[in-house]
Amino acid sequence: MAKRLMKGAEAIGEAAIRAHCRAYFCYPITPQTEVAEYLVRRMPEVDGVFLQAESELAASNMLFGAAAAGARVFTSSSSPGIALMSEAISYIAAAELPTVFVNIMRCGPGLGGILPAQGDYLNATKGGGHGDYHCIVLAPASVQEAVDLTMSAFELAETYRTPVFVLGDGLIGQMMEPVEFKEGVVNPPPERPWATTGCKDRDPNLVKTLFLDPAALEVHNRKLAAKYREIRANEVRFERYNMDSRPETVMVAYGTVARICKTAIDFLKEKGHEVGLVRPITLYPFPHEELLAIARDEATRNVLVVEMSNGQMLEDVERATRFLKPISFFGRQGGIVPAPEEVVRELELLAS
Amino acid sequence: MQDECKFAGFGGQGIMTVGRLLALAGLQAEREVIWIPSYGPEMRGGTAYCTVVISGLPIGSPIINTPGSLVAMNRPSLEKFAPTVRPGGVIIINSSLIPVSVPRDDVDVLEVPCNQIALEIGSVRSASMVALGALAARSAIVPFETLCEVIESEFKRKAEVARMNLAALERGAEVAREKPRFEPPAADA
Amino acid sequence: MEVIFKRPEALTATPTHYCPGCSHGIIHRLVAETLDELGLRERAVGVAPVGCSVLAYNYFNCDFQEAAHGRAPAFATGIKRVRPDLIVFTYQGDGDLASIGMAEIVHAANRGEKFTTIFVNNAVYGMTGGQMAPTTLSEQVTTTCPMGRDTSDVGHPIRVAELLASLETPAYVARVSAHRPHDIVAARRAIRKAFQYQAEGLCFSLVEVLATCPTNWGKTSSDAVEWLEKNMIPYFPLGELKTPGDDSVAGLTEGL
Repeated sequence: MAKRLMKGAEAIGEAAIRAHCRAYFCYPITPQTEVAEYLVRRMPEVDGVFLQAESELAASNMLFGAAAAGARVFTSSSSPGIALMSEAISYIAAAELPTVFVNIMRCGPGLGGILPAQGDYLNATKGGGHGDYHCIVLAPASVQEAVDLTMSAFELAETYRTPVFVLGDGLIGQMMEPVEFKEGVVNPPPERPWATTGCKDRDPNLVKTLFLDPAALEVHNRKLAAKYREIRANEVRFERYNMDSRPETVMVAYGTVARICKTAIDFLKEKGHEVGLVRPITLYPFPHEELLAIARDEATRNVLVVEMSNGQMLEDVERATRFLKPISFFGRQGGIVPAPEEVVRELELLAS
Repeated sequence: MQDECKFAGFGGQGIMTVGRLLALAGLQAEREVIWIPSYGPEMRGGTAYCTVVISGLPIGSPIINTPGSLVAMNRPSLEKFAPTVRPGGVIIINSSLIPVSVPRDDVDVLEVPCNQIALEIGSVRSASMVALGALAARSAIVPFETLCEVIESEFKRKAEVARMNLAALERGAEVAREKPRFEPPAADA
Repeated sequence: MEVIFKRPEALTATPTHYCPGCSHGIIHRLVAETLDELGLRERAVGVAPVGCSVLAYNYFNCDFQEAAHGRAPAFATGIKRVRPDLIVFTYQGDGDLASIGMAEIVHAANRGEKFTTIFVNNAVYGMTGGQMAPTTLSEQVTTTCPMGRDTSDVGHPIRVAELLASLETPAYVARVSAHRPHDIVAARRAIRKAFQYQAEGLCFSLVEVLATCPTNWGKTSSDAVEWLEKNMIPYFPLGELKTPGDDSVAGLTEGL
């Protein structure tokens, strides 16, 4: 199958179609509005639903209604819009509805700007909305990976009956790269005996999140916790880059930043310096065990975390490595993407 | 080996389109490609630029601060980006709109009256296509024939546009071929 | 022996949690009777609000979803868009619909989403214990306007039916009351029309039902009926505000 040159946002829209998703509710926000502009044409071709809502609040709650009625659904937005959707995401996690949210991050806080950032790491991985819940969080580093992870997100959402995030920065949404849509990798939606589809020949179904009895709510929350344990045990994904030589310095970065780190590693390798990289592909579940093993390896001298934030994933790296090795941090914010030269400079400072 | 080209000019000059055509040609030549737009307030009328990277290996950083070549379609773009081009690189200057050159002897500077040539062909809208032709002829970033094939296939439903764009590409290439080869200054000079 | 009056199939045999004198039980029954009569129960999906009627799903014998506060019209939009064959209704109070959910109801109505909204207006927040609602009357006392609603400070009560009837799109908008038998009969007719129109594929329908809340009004059940009659009906007049094919905007046509 020939590769197509596609913008990340459009490729994500096509990936959802290929994953048999037939309903998309949205509200425009830069830098991912192209998902909507793509799907408004594409959804009718497959008899799917496209609807531009009056707000992110409405769009995300439409997603709830449609998911609870048994449809495979998704929405996309960018940081401030995701903040508004957090209400529905908490309810969806509580109601255990399979749904996919794409967050093409822009810089904040507040209205911030429209350029790339990774400032929603904590929002995505630690909850974001109220209450005790988690979402699976997938972090693509290329347009192809955005496609593959979006397709995978629908199945993960159904396997665990949980909201799944595809978390990319503005560059993932805006840049064009060649992509290939693999056929037959996502199965059509499974039976959903719990969905509200009319109670003909069965007892009524109810999708709700209110538990006024504290004991019942604790039972429900423990069930969610058990699910998150299962996710942590089964779904950790990460990439190792230049790690076979057991380098003294190991970087941890995700998304676009990880690519920048790879360029820095390649540059230093030519000069005879070995630096490694661990790129978490799942941010939740986080690759704790891998990073602990690296921290315990006597060859490892120090760890450098690079992010487009003020240090958010940094907290997970600190926890994973248990401070066994010194950790440094390099971050750019405000929509400024760190250049490979800057990462090289940070690495040289560490080595000196 | 990785090639990068930055295309820069006013919004509406076709900057994003010629960048995309170059990326498509790279894809057709079975190389790794990435097209990175400037997106931001400047999308709405001001300066527009995009960067295309073409490589034989998987592409790492999509942030290119020192591109191998630059196509500058207006003066602010030239002034902003000319100093960033790597020594040995190519700078195409749209001399129809830019009355100045670049005071650098370590890069291959080519002045091409893109708007004027495009007008002669039939429409000023082909101006950036003239620049793309000059770039393709002056650097080996993609085979010239591949670029022609991409234009034919991308504009196959608009025969007149395809014809004008191909003519523009060819005229740009002619201007580039007429100028003597660039000899970088000796390293010890 | 012939049974001439029984619990509708669309209601369960669950004892009510509503207060004595509250109108919710009556309105639940009117909706349930309609689902039975029109044969819609087996393809009905209700959306419960946040408010006293959040537990409506304990009483209705059909599929239900429980919405976030004010978002029931967005839920219903999602359901109906992916399953146009279902009969979808939201059941919402005045705080839920006219305050936090105003954007959702206005836009769902304006898009002409093909579901039905039963809007229960009792001029007060019930579940949280009697706070001022967008429909609280001028000078009416609540826990958050203890000196009575001061319209110079917080504005006048919102007439939801008139507001929505000012939109071009909705198919059917009516205001009825559930406080006296002949009003209840008229309310039943309006609710039946709304569901009938939905079943015929017409777009958005809303029935606003004036309701009593003796507990939060601080009145006996019979005094509450009096109070509604004397105070609410003059401000919230009853009647059909918009019917299918009627292109006129926000003019009362006829009383039911």
